[in-house]
Amino acid sequence: MTNSANLLVTNSIRKSFPGVQALDGVSLDLRRGEVHALVGENGAGKSTLMKIFSGVYPHGTFEGSIKIDGIEQTFKGIRDAERAGVAIVFQEFSLVPELSVAENIFLGRLPSSSSIVQWNDLHARAKALLYQLDVQIATETLVRNLGIGQQQLVEIAKALSHDARILILDEPTAALNDAEARTLFQIVDSLRARGLGLLYISHRLDEVLTLADRVTILRDGRSVATHSRGDIDRKKMISLMVGREISQVFPEIHRSTKDVALEVRNLSVEHPDIAGRMVLRDIHFEVRAGEVLGIAGLMGSGRSALLNVLFGSFPRSYSGEIRLNGTAINIARPSDAIDRGIALVTEDRKRLGLSLSASIADNMTLVALRRFASANVLKKQQEMSSVERMMSDLRVKASSPETTVETLSGGNQQKVVLGRWLMNDPKILLLDEPTRGIDVGAKQEIYTRINQLAEQGLAIIMVSSELEELRGVCDRIIVMHEGRITGRFARHEATAEAIMACATGSTEVA
Amino acid sequence: MTTEAKLTPATQSAQRTIAPAQSFGAAARAYTMVAALIVVWLAFEYTTNGVFLNPRNFSNLMRQMAVTGVLSIGMLMVIVIGEIDLSVGSLVGLTGMVAALAQAAQQWGIVPTLLSALVLGTLIGAIQGSVVAYARVPSFIVTLGGLLAWRGVTKGVSSGSTIPIQLKRFGAIGQWYLDKPVGIALVIIGLILFVVFEWRNHAARTRLGLSTATPVRRILAIAIPAVAAIAFITVLNAYEGIPVPVLLFLAVALAGTFVMSNTTVGRYMYAVGGNREAARLSGINTRLLTIGVFATMGLLTALAGIIYTARVGSASPDAGMLLELDAIAACVIGGASLMGGRGAVFGACMGALFMASLDNGMSLKNVPDFIQDIVKGGILVVAVALDMLGRKRNS
Repeated sequence: MTNSANLLVTNSIRKSFPGVQALDGVSLDLRRGEVHALVGENGAGKSTLMKIFSGVYPHGTFEGSIKIDGIEQTFKGIRDAERAGVAIVFQEFSLVPELSVAENIFLGRLPSSSSIVQWNDLHARAKALLYQLDVQIATETLVRNLGIGQQQLVEIAKALSHDARILILDEPTAALNDAEARTLFQIVDSLRARGLGLLYISHRLDEVLTLADRVTILRDGRSVATHSRGDIDRKKMISLMVGREISQVFPEIHRSTKDVALEVRNLSVEHPDIAGRMVLRDIHFEVRAGEVLGIAGLMGSGRSALLNVLFGSFPRSYSGEIRLNGTAINIARPSDAIDRGIALVTEDRKRLGLSLSASIADNMTLVALRRFASANVLKKQQEMSSVERMMSDLRVKASSPETTVETLSGGNQQKVVLGRWLMNDPKILLLDEPTRGIDVGAKQEIYTRINQLAEQGLAIIMVSSELEELRGVCDRIIVMHEGRITGRFARHEATAEAIMACATGSTEVA
Repeated sequence: MTTEAKLTPATQSAQRTIAPAQSFGAAARAYTMVAALIVVWLAFEYTTNGVFLNPRNFSNLMRQMAVTGVLSIGMLMVIVIGEIDLSVGSLVGLTGMVAALAQAAQQWGIVPTLLSALVLGTLIGAIQGSVVAYARVPSFIVTLGGLLAWRGVTKGVSSGSTIPIQLKRFGAIGQWYLDKPVGIALVIIGLILFVVFEWRNHAARTRLGLSTATPVRRILAIAIPAVAAIAFITVLNAYEGIPVPVLLFLAVALAGTFVMSNTTVGRYMYAVGGNREAARLSGINTRLLTIGVFATMGLLTALAGIIYTARVGSASPDAGMLLELDAIAACVIGGASLMGGRGAVFGACMGALFMASLDNGMSLKNVPDFIQDIVKGGILVVAVALDMLGRKRNS
């Protein structure tokens, strides 16, 4: 049924790739002035659907129909989709860092007369666009000098510069801190008020519940349900996404802590580029064997820097003391840390973790490779059987250890990185955003695994932007703000409000 | 492969008999290379009325490819870690010249003469590698500097003159042949070791419950190399036997293959090329590895310089010019990625053989020099373009 409010209507879209039915009947409609959220596990078909909407997969390569304003659309390419008023802000930005904000917004369409760029015109138009969004960024600024949140706003401005009526946001808050996310939400609200239709894809269900007018759940390439806000809660969404009731996302914690494993005293470190500015100031804390310590804080608060200092991968040397099982140690480079049983699962698995074109096996055994070699000669069969064991242990879904990592979903890639470190039997495990960008099912598996590792006596330090996750997994939580610890909480006293207050520096509970 | 197979947990892998996707891709690529090579050979054989593949010319062809082959194995390592070495041509000239001067002007014996070249090559490689690793100068720049500077040094130390090789045993490295029975013995020993290795590998994989190839595949995996080896020794023995440069090249190729696929160091090279930052965070000393790879390249360059000088019988100030480009082309045609992280010694060797075959065949047919260059340049670009298009379609 098409009614006048319907902007975009799709009818049973199907798309298959060799061996995989990526979409198996997706029907949804987007109204004017609506935020319509699309949720689903990784691999549910969201990105394929986005590529169909944006013309990346042209008309004819899939079944089903797309109507905009009741008119059947046959996009031959991205340009057609843009002309029809569809704009997408992808999770990974497509901005050119070395160009200015204005140039990025009008990339490929710079106002010009006889091939000479009209700079004043360009900046005036870019400024007008940003003004509409109520964003204060100088249009001459180079994009590389912008924070990630501001870059996203530029992306949105770029999308709107095509006179988009349908704006698709793919995981828009994945990389944003809370303040940036709030700005984004305001912009989403104002675009909705202007009558745009917004498709909002997110893993963050709380966000979806507060922001979206309606929610469509995708599972295994099918649209399984559409609900209005108020008809659905978090639990129901999760069960629709995974097709089963997840009674409890977080594992129950029954573990006892033992001796202090890692102790940090008066740890300070300077900013690698800006002289005199401290990234960490007088940090002190301890972690016991069998304990999970959470670190909360906004981006730039020094959380990742702290893990990198403990792992020897921070570009500046530190002052202060790090004690392992009671003895002071010096960690100057990653191999020092690895030799002492410290492992770091890095934040950005694609940039810092994986060799994407290499196999699961090559990635997984990289750290522990010496264990599979005598006199540097590899015992390949032994290596392969360990990899297969770890893969089944962590439930990595792939056909073989020789599968290349780039073909895996985010959750499985993360398990490969985790497996790499577990193969080396670490005593202290540092986790930096271990569940970023992965689906609910894989998250739950990782939480369970963290819990098991703690039960086995590992000392675990986990940095996360998701307070819910920290409160579900950690025994204690410390909060950082501008390089200092501003709050220390036991699991039961860590409310979201209390943590946020410390993270923004408005109170201190130290 | 169906979705079902994709979701099969790794625990059930014991029943799998399908060759893993990735290794099949690599194998398919190697077969394409071999097929292309056979086509080129047959074409030359036909158009030269059987001269191209007669024992004498085949022996010549193998001797010619030995220098590029040795260089391309070192270059493969450099490319796998995501670097490049443009200085090898000039360094072939310099090391050859130093060795020639050592035996001519200094009257040194064979051992110190060869050592002087090998040590010099390794040292220069290590220095270039250190500048890349520590001063963070891109290897393109460091070795472009090397390309100019080492050629200059060669001209300086030789005062622009050509130095003849007088030491008989030096010349032997480039010109002698292995006794025919020794050649046959080497091939037989090699084949036995190969079969035993394959057998043990299969037994171990079965014991550990890993995926194994089908019986047909296993037989082919042994039969094809065996037939190739027997044909190789038969043709070479029909002339004078295995040329010493070819023996050296084969030894380097075997060692290179072993290092790249069976040692921790080889794996670290792929890791560094695949994602340098991830490799560093995994505790790999990326700087030391970079220096080591450039030093190895230097050592192999010196070996190539020795072979080249010995084959020609003298060291000239322009010796080895443009050899770096042949070596890079061989790697790239053989499937290595200049982005790093991808490439195999076997591919590089096939690439070197391919380029040498073109050189040799076109010379036989008296194709003018300038056309030869145009053809080689075109083939390089077309080969990589086809590869990229093929990859895009697969992904």
